[in-house]
Amino acid sequence: MSDILIRGGRVLDPANGVDLARGSVRVRDGRIAAVGADLPANGARVIDAEGLLVCPGFVDLHSHLREPGFEYKETIASGTLAAARGGFTTVCAMPNTEPPLDSKAAVDFVLGRAAAEGVVRVLPIGCVTKGRAGKALAELAELAAAGCVGFSDDGSPVGDAAIMRRALEYAKIVDLPVIDHCEDPALAGGVMHEGWVSTRLGLRGIPAASEESAIARDLALAAQTGAHVHIAHISTAGGVALVRAARGAGLRVSAEVTPHHLALDHETVMGPSRGSGRGLAYDTGAKMYPPLRRAEDVEACVAGLANGTIDAVATDHAPHAVQEKLCEFDAAAFGMVGLETAFGLGLRAVATGALSLERLIEALTIGPVRALHLDRRLPGLGTLTVGAAADLVLLDPEREWTVDADALASKGKNTPLIGRTLRGRVVATLYGGELIHEERP
Amino acid sequence: MPERVLMTAEDLRRALVRIAHEIVEAHRGTRDLVIIGMRTRGVPLARRIAAAIEEIEDGALPVGVLDVGLYRDDLSTRGASVQIAPSDIPFDVAGKRVVLVDDVLFTGRTIRAALDAVTDFGRPQRIQLAVLIDRGHRELPIRPDYIGKNIPTARDDDVQVRLVETDGRDEVAIIGQEE
Amino acid sequence: MVRSRPAALPESAQAPNGAASLEAPQPDGGAAVWQRRHVLDLDDFRVDEIEIILETAKAMKEVLAREVARVPTLRGTTIVTLFYEASTRTRASFELAGKVLGADVINLTAAGSSIEKGESLIDTVRTLRAIGAHVLVLRHPMSGAPYLAAAEGDAQVVNAGDGWHAHPTQGLLDLYTLRAAIGPLAGKRIVIVGDVAHSRVARSDIWGLSRLGADVVVCGPPTLLPAELGSEHAAGLPPVAVETDLDRAVEDADAVMTLRLQQERMTAGLLPSLREYSRLYQVNEERMARARPGAPVLHPGPMNEGVEISAAVAHGARSLVEEQVTNGVAVRMAVLYLLRRDQ
Repeated sequence: MSDILIRGGRVLDPANGVDLARGSVRVRDGRIAAVGADLPANGARVIDAEGLLVCPGFVDLHSHLREPGFEYKETIASGTLAAARGGFTTVCAMPNTEPPLDSKAAVDFVLGRAAAEGVVRVLPIGCVTKGRAGKALAELAELAAAGCVGFSDDGSPVGDAAIMRRALEYAKIVDLPVIDHCEDPALAGGVMHEGWVSTRLGLRGIPAASEESAIARDLALAAQTGAHVHIAHISTAGGVALVRAARGAGLRVSAEVTPHHLALDHETVMGPSRGSGRGLAYDTGAKMYPPLRRAEDVEACVAGLANGTIDAVATDHAPHAVQEKLCEFDAAAFGMVGLETAFGLGLRAVATGALSLERLIEALTIGPVRALHLDRRLPGLGTLTVGAAADLVLLDPEREWTVDADALASKGKNTPLIGRTLRGRVVATLYGGELIHEERP
Repeated sequence: MPERVLMTAEDLRRALVRIAHEIVEAHRGTRDLVIIGMRTRGVPLARRIAAAIEEIEDGALPVGVLDVGLYRDDLSTRGASVQIAPSDIPFDVAGKRVVLVDDVLFTGRTIRAALDAVTDFGRPQRIQLAVLIDRGHRELPIRPDYIGKNIPTARDDDVQVRLVETDGRDEVAIIGQEE
Repeated sequence: MVRSRPAALPESAQAPNGAASLEAPQPDGGAAVWQRRHVLDLDDFRVDEIEIILETAKAMKEVLAREVARVPTLRGTTIVTLFYEASTRTRASFELAGKVLGADVINLTAAGSSIEKGESLIDTVRTLRAIGAHVLVLRHPMSGAPYLAAAEGDAQVVNAGDGWHAHPTQGLLDLYTLRAAIGPLAGKRIVIVGDVAHSRVARSDIWGLSRLGADVVVCGPPTLLPAELGSEHAAGLPPVAVETDLDRAVEDADAVMTLRLQQERMTAGLLPSLREYSRLYQVNEERMARARPGAPVLHPGPMNEGVEISAAVAHGARSLVEEQVTNGVAVRMAVLYLLRRDQ
């Protein structure tokens, strides 16, 4: 295979502090061979990156690929294709499948399907408890040996504090984090953020306190055990403040935020027609957990990402079938697809001026890697370090595009962004030196 | 748009007095007689006719108000519809001789609706119709019993009846299209 | 405890002068401009839209008072009432309204139809259109269901109550009843007492009253008051004062609207007991003595006498409960008429 030379774009590699206005990257045998200002082609296949950003391929800590068990919503094949289109070359697969990933056999299945049909790298996350039932610990060491990069019962919290404590302690054996979906089950039952919009719409609300109290509990347990806790999909200003204080106190805590929690607030549920006097929409595309919250929470999340309180942007890609969302709001499934709109939503946060483009890219590349120490097994992941796997993405931060359900690679089309315009598009994705996605206008 | 006055205030007054006399003559008095005016301008006309009759004959003459909005068969073709309002027929119409009063008789559809409405209130002995203006172009077999003035019109002419009670002055004008 | 009241609705939202009397003739082209295809909530109703309905309801009341209460206006229209929650009075009210207007009315309940077998709301709505239903009157336990029905079906939808969210015809008949009793509502102090958080009637009343310029006070235990109501930060909610002390709330009130307290609230742990609730929040004569003389009491029914309302008040001179029921039919007739008028 001949070399590939990506040339003419702005090369941005936050891990190595590289920011070249007009740079080049040479790829050889599936690895990064050189990064520099003006590399010669020397017979390499040239990929033009004029006007584009050239970054390490994005790393998603939180995706629901739905296979095994829910293939009607998404498969590893369709999910990883969506990832590639969204610029993600590594995706961590959450274990709330059927059967859940609480055994080596289940993990092997996922890795097998990923090898056979996956378009990008899939890293499994194992369950914390058997069957995700929250009652008994899963065999964490076996799951780690099988390839899991962390543990989570996501979809559900680890509701029992005693179980969470034991999980944190036990996970120290393999030095992997417990990733908690922070929610107090007793305050659950709501379908959207508890605030004036839920009052207006007559919907049961999920109070911010549900997440904040769960985060506080997890941080206290992390302090108690000295273990690493990773806060999944943080969404509240109060939660961000708690994490900031904990980091300041030296706790081993990391956190992620979704692109939608950086850009959309609870008014999104009222629908695109809100304010135009044409009635409410009860947009089930905007129903997810954690819910979209107030503008102040969005701002706090953006600020928390900017100042390093939050390590990573993680999509929480949660595909569902049409009939699971085309129903009454109370009855609709929670979640939105996010892989293909992540960059566009992230740029909305950058457009407010509160987040730099460089920090956004960092939070999509080396940030997630450092948060879960993924580079232990995969050195160079999320970077353009020479010798690292040649996972790259070419981005056009100016290109506007309209989100069209039929054009999404994901089987699930559930997002409140259908018909809306985003700025920021993935132009090309390379995985292991191979061009797996390209879309030039 | 050119406007021609067809009846002045005096013309109007004389016409209503004549109609009052015609009614009294045809009914040989006012026994069992009731006057029902149709919203909107039929109402003041009805009241004036009743007052004129009361000057000729003894006794008070009952006057009712009829809103036919709920009986129209052209609900969807009328465009910006007029607000419907309550009817007010504070007497029993059964066995009575009803004289309906309206300002302009045109296609006859309003009167058809009025006939349906009146019979919903009871079974009168007889129903007659008094109109200030008959402008022709009937679409139904409806004919007036008492007419203020016959005015031949083109279909898209606009006949405006103005009354002191609703418009500040009495007059009938026609707004025609240019030849 | 009174939370501060945010800025009032703008001037343009204030009510016009009282409605035209029966006697005064109206000039032609009093173009009653109605353009809604559905009636799903009162949130974005303009004042003139509310006025059209209330004016039209007057004409409908006159029809109901006739010996033969029947007009041919909606002959040929098929109205389907689809109720996922049991309700005798609202359904009967809509059925009567449709029949007086000459429409064909078909009543469907969840029990015994294919709905119980798991047919989705959307499937049901589409089937109904295919069999010729022009208007769907929908009551559903989940907020937002009528919007789904309106978007996914072809029939015109009247919301007869969705979850906690809205009951627009109840709001309208309450406005009609109040105004007939105490005159124009602008500036009047109207107190809504009870389980506001779970009440679609309260929400529709709040929207309607605010739009007509009334000073709305909601009163109830904090566990039964919705999030952010009355807060300055609640940009999309109408301005409302919040009280947890009923004696203070009722002071100088022009009218009191009571809400039904449901048994489930106790089992959900929102209230310790009915007894405590009655002691603190029952609308009774002693409390009403603090209101303005003659201030009426309304209740959407059915009433839990002895709980949220005393028997004396429920059946006493202040009670407008029966008027609410009569006016309900007239208002629903007005809504059905206006929806079909230009179709």
